[in-house]
Amino acid sequence: MPEELKHIADDYRWDFKDEVEPELALKGLTPETVKKISEAKGEPAWMTEFRLKALEIFYKLPWPSWGPDLSELKEKLDEFYYYVKPPTGGPAKSWDEVPEEIKKTYERLGIPEAEQKVLAGVGAQYDSEVVYHSVKEELERLGVIFVSIEEGLKEHEELFRRYFAKLVPPTDNKFAALNSAVWSGGSFVYVPPGVEVEVPLQAYFRVNTAGFGQFERTLIIVDEGAKVHYIEGCTAPLYTTEALHTGVIEIFVHKNAHSRYTTIQNWPTNMYNLVTQRARVEEGGYQMWLDGNLGSKVTMKYPSSILRGRGARSEVLSIAFAKTGQHLDTGAKLIHLAPDTSGRIVSKSISKGEGRSSYRGLVKVSPRADRAKANVECDALLIHPESKTDTYPYMEIENETAQIGHEATVSRLADDQLFYLETRGIPEDEAAALIVRGFLEPVTKELPLEFAVELNRLIELEMEGSVG
Amino acid sequence: MANRLEIQDLWASHEGKMILKGVNLVLPLGEVHALMGPNGAGKSTLGKVIAGDPNYQVEKGRILLDGEDITDLPPEERAKRGLFIAFQYPVEIPGVQVANFLRLALKERTGEEPPIHEFYQRLKEAIELLDWDEEVLSRYLNEGFSGGEKKKNEVLQLLVLKPRYAILDETDSGLDIDALKAVARAVNALRGPEFAALLITHYQRLLNYIEPDRVHVMMDGRIVRSGGPELAKELEKRGYDWLRAEVSGA
Repeated sequence: MPEELKHIADDYRWDFKDEVEPELALKGLTPETVKKISEAKGEPAWMTEFRLKALEIFYKLPWPSWGPDLSELKEKLDEFYYYVKPPTGGPAKSWDEVPEEIKKTYERLGIPEAEQKVLAGVGAQYDSEVVYHSVKEELERLGVIFVSIEEGLKEHEELFRRYFAKLVPPTDNKFAALNSAVWSGGSFVYVPPGVEVEVPLQAYFRVNTAGFGQFERTLIIVDEGAKVHYIEGCTAPLYTTEALHTGVIEIFVHKNAHSRYTTIQNWPTNMYNLVTQRARVEEGGYQMWLDGNLGSKVTMKYPSSILRGRGARSEVLSIAFAKTGQHLDTGAKLIHLAPDTSGRIVSKSISKGEGRSSYRGLVKVSPRADRAKANVECDALLIHPESKTDTYPYMEIENETAQIGHEATVSRLADDQLFYLETRGIPEDEAAALIVRGFLEPVTKELPLEFAVELNRLIELEMEGSVG
Repeated sequence: MANRLEIQDLWASHEGKMILKGVNLVLPLGEVHALMGPNGAGKSTLGKVIAGDPNYQVEKGRILLDGEDITDLPPEERAKRGLFIAFQYPVEIPGVQVANFLRLALKERTGEEPPIHEFYQRLKEAIELLDWDEEVLSRYLNEGFSGGEKKKNEVLQLLVLKPRYAILDETDSGLDIDALKAVARAVNALRGPEFAALLITHYQRLLNYIEPDRVHVMMDGRIVRSGGPELAKELEKRGYDWLRAEVSGA
């Protein structure tokens, strides 16, 4: 490595304590790295080949010609660690290494200490493991599979192979190719026909070793008439020294099945967060994406639903909160392929300081999709004069019977709103937080309660001293 | 002096234009005063300046609340000291439910979370007094409210927050007769030794239902005449021109 790049690499290295060396740490994006990942995981030959092929595709595919600036990332690609196997029997990092600022935020959010450690990537075991154990037994009784993606491949290879990469092939986009080559971590979920899972499945619980998947791959199959709610991530700021996250999430929603995927990310602000989330919805099925983006330096994420069966429905609700130094390019895609399909997109973005948030969305109605209905609502709230927002709504409507609605608003945190609330005795910071919370309400009311509470607290912290 | 809202030689401007030009006014606790005057006299500006609107610059003079100079205090501090303004044009705050907003405001004013039962009782009584529907509590603050509903919502806040000094800025305009009566009922219910109100209005109409202790007339940024309730009746009958002539002639 050239000497001048060394410090950059050091900045992004997973900072292990001297006495706990990882068993394996693979740096640089080469076929050698990919082979070693596959080998370390003891994968079947077809998966090794799949990964190597994906790497070739990654090299060939162009970088996106649109969206946020990725030039810095391009330069650094070979400096990342693509696989790190933590030493068995101990957390990789120590609590002492977590920056004071992050610890303070955890405290102010009222997160219990054991949980703080998991969030910071230094906790070995999540304390609710015991609680979760009983949930797990219940799931097993119902025939629900909820395991790590690695276990999914190992224990349920046939089922796994039938669905894996069928919705998001490596050729889909450059980052899907990258993920396909180096994926590690994530969940494998299968819900048998007619089974309704009452408790949300939280990836959170399943992670029992330190660290959140940097190249996570999640595969969810909801069989006929089944129902599930999967929750990923958390509102609290995550601490990781890594700076690249590319995930691929594939969800198969079978006939009359009901699926909900909730994710909230609050990555550190040096992180490139490039995620492909896609669902295929069959006849009478329903997919909801609930997507919250608070952290990262750059996010590119557009949860998509392919409405393939008659009467399939989907809703995509998203929140983006961009602060100075952040460019959050988020949105949604609805692809109507069958008659009587319907979809709704609600996107709420907030830009603070010099933060920039963009809505980028696509509604596509194929010639066969008679009477398709779609409604897009994107609202942006700007906190400061220098805050930025932009909207890229794409529509490709090839059926005359389709009913498509689109509404976009841009508003500024208004002085008269602040003044009104202040005259009622509410201090300026809190008034601003109240206005922001109100702006997000249509989406936050759909969030699981504990998420909503945490998110609201976080907004209060963010709005402290931000006006006036 | 304690127990009064006192305006002393108040001068205030907006975007470089002087609007208040030496206002003097005393509103003792326990009294209801009416502030009348033609359009553009500066009545609403006076209300906003008392409440602490940052869009207006105080150039001279003082505002005293119970003897304390509040001229430079932020709006929320004035509110905590017992001041309230019912706005002529209340703004919309989407996504914030009326009940949640009131609970937060009450908490901020008193420094403690209101007991939930007591709070709900207070809301219920206020809504009954206004002859309104509880459904309003779960609506978003002023969003999609008709003009009349917005005014009623201001009075609802007045009833729930129970300030010591209230300014009602043309709360009567745009109300039908039933709503007007409901608003008057609310203000009359609050009347007592621990409450004072300044009713900014164009018309005698509201004063038929709320008898003021004093009536002040504002013209060109100053109080030009003060008197008893009969002054309002005289203005209703004769308009403002005679008074303007008298004032400029004097």
